[in-house]
Amino acid sequence: LYDNVCAVDVKANNRFNYNNAIRTSKYNIFTFLPLNLFEQFRRLANAYFLFLLILQMIPQVSSLSWFTTAVPLAIVLSITAAKDASDDINRHKCDKQVNNREVEVLIDGELKKEKWMDVQVGDIIKLENNEFVTADLLLLSSSEPLNLVYVETAELDGETNLKVKQALTVTGEMGDSIEALATFNGEVLCEPPNNCLDKFKGTLTVNGQAYSLDNDRVLLRGCTLRNTEWCFGLVLFGGPDTKLMQNCGKTVFKRTSIDHLMNILVLAIFGFLATMCAILSICNAIWEANEGSAFTMFLPREPGVSGSLSSFLTFWSYVIVLNTVVPISLYVSVEIIRLGNSFFIDWDRKMYYPKNNTPAQARTTTLNEELGQIKYIFSDKTGTLTQNIMTFNKCSINGKAYGKNNRGERVHILKDFLVDFSWNQLADSKFIFHDHSLVETVREGNPEAHAFFRLLALCHTVMPEEKKEGELIYQAQSPDEGALVTAARNFGFVFRSRTPESITVIEMGRKVVYELVAVLDFNNIRKRMSVIVRSPKGKTTLYCKGADTIIYERLHPSCSNLMKVTTDHLNMYAGDGLRTLVLAFKNLEENYMEEWRKRHNEASTAMEGREERLEELYEEIEKDMTLLGATAVEDKLQDGVPQTIEQLAKADIKIWVLTGDKQETAENIGYSCNILREEMNEVFIVAANTAGGVRRELQSARRKMCPDAAEEPSVIKARAGLFWLKKTETVQDEKVNGEYAMLINGHSLAFALEEDLELELLRTVCMCQTVICCRVTPLQKAQVVQLVKKYKQAVTLAIGDGANDVSMIKAAHIGVGISGQEGMQAVLSSDFSFAQFRYLERLLLVHGRWSYLRMCKFLRYFFYKNFTFTFVHFWYAFFCGFSAQTVYDEWFITLYNTVYTSLPVLALSLFDQDVNDRWSFQHPQLYAPGQQNLYFSKKAFVNLTVLSCYSSLVLFFVPWAAIHDTVRDDGKDIADYQSFALFAQTCLLIVVSIQMCLDTYHWTAVNNLFIWGSLAAYFAVTFTMYSNGIFVILPSAFPFVGTERNTLNLPNVWLTIVLTSLLCILPVVAYRFISMQIRPTINDKVVQEVLRDKKHTYLSTKPPQAIKVFLITRRSGYAFSHSKGYGDLVTSQRFLMMRPVKSQAMQFSHIAPTES
Amino acid sequence: MGKEKSKSGPLARRPDNSAFKQQRLPAWTPMLTASTVLPSFYLLALICMLLGVWLLLTVQNTQEMKVDYTEAGSCNLCFEMRKNVSNAGQKCTCMIMFSIEKAFKGDVFIYYGLRNFHQNLRRYMDSRDDGQMLGRKSNLKSPSSYCKPFDVDEKGVPIAPCGAVANSMFNDSFILTYYTINGPTVVPLLRKGLTWYTDKNVKYRNPKMDNLTLPEVFEGTTRPPYWQKPVYQLDPFDPNNNGFINDDLLVWMREAAFPNFKKLYGFLYRANKPFTKGLPAGNYSVAISYNFPVQYFKGRKEVVLTTVSWFGGQNHFLPIAYLVTSGLILLTAVVLTVVWWKFGKDGKNMAD
Repeated sequence: LYDNVCAVDVKANNRFNYNNAIRTSKYNIFTFLPLNLFEQFRRLANAYFLFLLILQMIPQVSSLSWFTTAVPLAIVLSITAAKDASDDINRHKCDKQVNNREVEVLIDGELKKEKWMDVQVGDIIKLENNEFVTADLLLLSSSEPLNLVYVETAELDGETNLKVKQALTVTGEMGDSIEALATFNGEVLCEPPNNCLDKFKGTLTVNGQAYSLDNDRVLLRGCTLRNTEWCFGLVLFGGPDTKLMQNCGKTVFKRTSIDHLMNILVLAIFGFLATMCAILSICNAIWEANEGSAFTMFLPREPGVSGSLSSFLTFWSYVIVLNTVVPISLYVSVEIIRLGNSFFIDWDRKMYYPKNNTPAQARTTTLNEELGQIKYIFSDKTGTLTQNIMTFNKCSINGKAYGKNNRGERVHILKDFLVDFSWNQLADSKFIFHDHSLVETVREGNPEAHAFFRLLALCHTVMPEEKKEGELIYQAQSPDEGALVTAARNFGFVFRSRTPESITVIEMGRKVVYELVAVLDFNNIRKRMSVIVRSPKGKTTLYCKGADTIIYERLHPSCSNLMKVTTDHLNMYAGDGLRTLVLAFKNLEENYMEEWRKRHNEASTAMEGREERLEELYEEIEKDMTLLGATAVEDKLQDGVPQTIEQLAKADIKIWVLTGDKQETAENIGYSCNILREEMNEVFIVAANTAGGVRRELQSARRKMCPDAAEEPSVIKARAGLFWLKKTETVQDEKVNGEYAMLINGHSLAFALEEDLELELLRTVCMCQTVICCRVTPLQKAQVVQLVKKYKQAVTLAIGDGANDVSMIKAAHIGVGISGQEGMQAVLSSDFSFAQFRYLERLLLVHGRWSYLRMCKFLRYFFYKNFTFTFVHFWYAFFCGFSAQTVYDEWFITLYNTVYTSLPVLALSLFDQDVNDRWSFQHPQLYAPGQQNLYFSKKAFVNLTVLSCYSSLVLFFVPWAAIHDTVRDDGKDIADYQSFALFAQTCLLIVVSIQMCLDTYHWTAVNNLFIWGSLAAYFAVTFTMYSNGIFVILPSAFPFVGTERNTLNLPNVWLTIVLTSLLCILPVVAYRFISMQIRPTINDKVVQEVLRDKKHTYLSTKPPQAIKVFLITRRSGYAFSHSKGYGDLVTSQRFLMMRPVKSQAMQFSHIAPTES
Repeated sequence: MGKEKSKSGPLARRPDNSAFKQQRLPAWTPMLTASTVLPSFYLLALICMLLGVWLLLTVQNTQEMKVDYTEAGSCNLCFEMRKNVSNAGQKCTCMIMFSIEKAFKGDVFIYYGLRNFHQNLRRYMDSRDDGQMLGRKSNLKSPSSYCKPFDVDEKGVPIAPCGAVANSMFNDSFILTYYTINGPTVVPLLRKGLTWYTDKNVKYRNPKMDNLTLPEVFEGTTRPPYWQKPVYQLDPFDPNNNGFINDDLLVWMREAAFPNFKKLYGFLYRANKPFTKGLPAGNYSVAISYNFPVQYFKGRKEVVLTTVSWFGGQNHFLPIAYLVTSGLILLTAVVLTVVWWKFGKDGKNMAD
């Protein structure tokens, strides 16, 4: 485990050879070309075209000049290479900038400036305020008391709050003494480099004594030093070994289902290509035997080539000619389209959140069309559905309830209702409260009310920041706590500043300094937190706040009456969906306190069983407390959550809420955001503690919902994927009458996710409209997602905001991160991110739907145009002795995909909309075709193949029949090869362009420009390439000189072009018209409605937006959002070097809140 | 949106409110509605019908006559003779009689037709050197390797023009005779001006003369093996029709797209009676210098006489195709109307 040994012997200046230079760039000038090409040719498509190019170099086989493949391949490769190069240049610049930053390093007993890249493992470096941490450091000493250091980890995990690190006492003693540091002699034994940001294990051996090191002793590269004048650190890991760089590792590539389908299709097309070539080469063998051998008089065979070898060569020649069925530009175009559609997401103003200046962001640009196919959404609760902003809403003090219910009337809160806090100069102006009586009670000097708010002002681990006099900012580890302290502040008990030993509170304008005796910190088992303070008058008091059940057990029996009243209040608050806490206090005797304090000191310095001994001590002192009251904090829903959920439900998307919260809280939120409704037939709750119990509960729920369902789930096994290697199992959806919901707690879920129960779980759960899983761990979240992915073959989306959602975000097909309160980890691992849950509606119903529509249209058209193009060659083979002669000019073949037809289809797939966003919202049902894979499936592919087969027949045989036996009006030739080639290619291009026009629904200026521009470009390029000048320069490359002047001026030719267009296009029009009349799709219906609406614009300019009032019923429940704090750190008595407390208030918060 | 917009402040990252970025570009959204589709189908049916009728009438006015002479009449002997390669050097002439029922009015064109001759084989088509025929001196003396095996003869002398295409040039010739009451009259044929302007003047050029005669220019080259005479003797009397710009060569070098094709041999010289109005009805004969062997590839040879209209040679396909298409469109239009009447008219299906 410990295999990174870094001995530190600064005296001998024995520097290690691991330096701190980083290299994120992939290439340098010399390796770029070979490496980049190698990377690119690893893609199947590119390799295939390279293979083709090599085939074309063989003269016996080459049916097309090398440039027909080389030009497109070169274009594709150079576009990709240019993109890679620019990315890499940026990386080089970044690397250079980072590597050249300077830092002070202790060398030969003095501090010297060195470049970052020259810093080596084992160096001692000095960092100053606001400097980036150079490498992963062992913190040795700092300017702050207790050897604390404050760091911001925004670059590491995106969280902007400050975190605290503390040096070991043994190293902290050295302070900034250069001599001490220079002679410091120790040895660090630590874990090998890894990417766990929150774990570190190691030991430091100084003078033969070993000290254990943990994450609190280590400064990680990527952090920024804040509020700390200076600190010294020992480099543990440099450059690529740092946790930051270790975390830059590979990300899992997500592929969309269209990608998979495309791969399968491309493979099928390869098979198809091989079949066509085989047919043609067999025909060639027959032809050679019958006719070719006779023709050898005019065209002798090449030496050494017999008839059978010639047909073998023909096979490869036809591979070249027909290669356009697998177009090289397909993959590039698909990437461009996805990129474009991602930009539209980035640019969307309606997904921009002005409050924290956050636009939506498509972090992965390859998943867009999948957004239009989502079937299941897995959502986190806190921070996703809710704002994770807590407001102090109500309280119960000494049996009296304060605070008015403002729900339902949120829209019109009258100004006079608001409590005026202007008497309190330190009040937070953003705080809103609706009950005047509480202020009056406080100002009257009610002792219980005072005690209540004093407790709130003292019992917490919040750090204040006072940048300007009177402007307090609280850094709270959880929003609940911040809300409570802010409430106390506004009611006249202002928490002003803290030192490790004291807390300064302004009580009703009077400054009181409490001595902080001990902090009995919160953890998940204790579910409470206490402080012991000594007032200036010498009275020692314990203040405690915590979960009601826990506190009630520890109250003095004399409070029983008050308890009853408070319980009523608590139930009421829980019914309103508020988070509650109970407050209590206890006066302590001086003697007992002294003795307890001694024992506390002993326990906290004990080497063994420290935790247990402290636990016992806490338990001992936190009893027989007196109840003060209860607080109720509102966990606010984000704006528009119920409406969004309703819209998504209409789009037939199932929403599952996976939360770490308690069942009651989850249920409450479920009701308030409308995923649970009163009118539901039943809400099942699965909360068994054994596997058997869970099975029974699931089965009974299933039988209730669907009594006639089979006992055994019907699993359809199939094979899919490349070469049908992937086995899939699909559980069919079962019809259920009525609406049901299900709540499962994490404990039951653990059993239900076992192999033998997971199918039962899935069946049952999928019958429900709504599923809420509560008390789930991050791992379980991912397991649930994977379960659905595995058996439903449906597209899943996970949305969350916290570190605990990362696993499910990564597991789902699409991960969405809310860039909100809880830091950035979720965003960093997500594919799309935005600030508010309600933007999900726009992301899916507008962007997702459009992307899917566009991608499908693109693919359908793309395959159509290439198949049509290629099949014409197939028909011509029967006229040219299967000799692999092409129908078209080689230049046309080269430019067809890359120039003549690429831009219009790109415009189509970037700008097409069936209906605009307003109508998309109005009819969420429009989303359904995407879920059912209607627009591009194997069936659609077969259809388009048949259509293009028909088109190619028309496009070959009509021109053939039209000119094979005719002449020009001056008797000269037009049945020659070159005229026919030009003729056929013009017909083809015009037909596919008209087809494009037919597919384009949304004609913007760009579409027009591209379609007509491409046609114009075709004629311009053709005239240029068939011109005299270019022929004289390169006669063998441009032999078609004059063809267009002699052919395109004939009425015969244009009449044939019109005829082919009619024959190719009208059947499609007729088919579309008929299917629209007989079986109109939801799209057709909505489009019709839009059309009708346009005619009657005077009636209404806006589709009516349903405004629904969501009724909320009373549910009991409470939550306590908290994680272990820094209580012990602040009050630690073990530090030896006390420095004067700086005037500037300390500021700290916590590492990664684990709340969910 | 102004580019100068400052990128700071609370709304710094707000996306631009441009129609492009917000996907609100003004657009035209045409739809397949009954009111557009049905009328256009009927209209298209009508237009196609009119076009078809017009074309049919035009085509009816043209005339065409094909005379297959492969084994017909006395050509049978020549056919047998050409079966033997060793007779390649021997001359063989034969005569075919035919009669024209109805006079060919206007310009009359005479073609030779070949059946089952694949000028469109890939290797055959590649077997030429456009650079050489453009008169490039370097290519003249060292023909492209594509011409193999017709690039140099066995002694290594370069062949001009090289390649399989030129080598296999059609070399039958025809003399057309009209039998009037007064006796036979040779039908005067113009044998020049048979090619595209671009072929004659751009694509094919004789090598630069520099005061040399054509034979001198071609010195050091040899004729293609199947040819009877070198390229500079194709028309020794007209320097503008000799060498690489000989009309017959050019016509042959423009390879046919399909194995059955006809190529222009000449057209009727209408200056003198009785041919001023075209070919009068009556009896004709064609005397053939029978050189081109077709039996190897099971081919046929024919002489084709035709008149043209504005629309080109006689071609019944387009008018008939237009009439058939018109019928199909009309049929489809009726079906569409019925479907619309039954399903779509009241908009029941469209209702949500």
